[in-house]
Amino acid sequence: MLRMTLTHLEAAILFAGLISAVLGAVTQDTTRDRLRYGLRCFGYFLLALFGLGWLMYFGHG
Amino acid sequence: MFNKLKARQPFPPLRTWAPVLAVSWFLPGGGHFLLKRHGRGALLAGAITVTFLCGLLMRGAMMEPRFADLVTTIIHVGGYLGNLATGVLYLLTVWLGYAQPDVAGHVHDYGTKFLVGAGLMNVLAMVDAFEIAVGRKD
Repeated sequence: MLRMTLTHLEAAILFAGLISAVLGAVTQDTTRDRLRYGLRCFGYFLLALFGLGWLMYFGHG
Repeated sequence: MFNKLKARQPFPPLRTWAPVLAVSWFLPGGGHFLLKRHGRGALLAGAITVTFLCGLLMRGAMMEPRFADLVTTIIHVGGYLGNLATGVLYLLTVWLGYAQPDVAGHVHDYGTKFLVGAGLMNVLAMVDAFEIAVGRKD
């Protein structure tokens, strides 16, 4: 069976992209709105990802 | 304030939404195809299936219900329900023997989350299909 090995960052970015696509699809009606909302969600996910990452980095000292 | 709330609408008949909900659960995105929302259905089917397959390829574990303390129960029963929510993807994985045991490692851990996450995405898709079927959403 095939195997996929990703780093923490790659896995989190992949998940953020996929869930953003779903959130865009179920909450908006037009393709343009879906794309915009999906990209905005993806941006928020990345912001949270890097923000929490740095928080944990400084938290560990 | 409560006077301004709209009167509750009667619940729509079962036959208008039950088949859509069932198809939507069994086949991710299927409910939208049934409702002729092909673009949205394809997007949901693709995203949910890719998430599930990534989870499998990362050797994520299928959760099984376990009852112990509150946190353990919530995690395992919730995870099991999340896995079940992927419908045919879950059933095929279990029937064909691709369900893997839980092993240590961050990739496997992410895989397990991807598998549960795919189920939660399908729950969102099911709610969306339900709302379209009963006319609450275009």
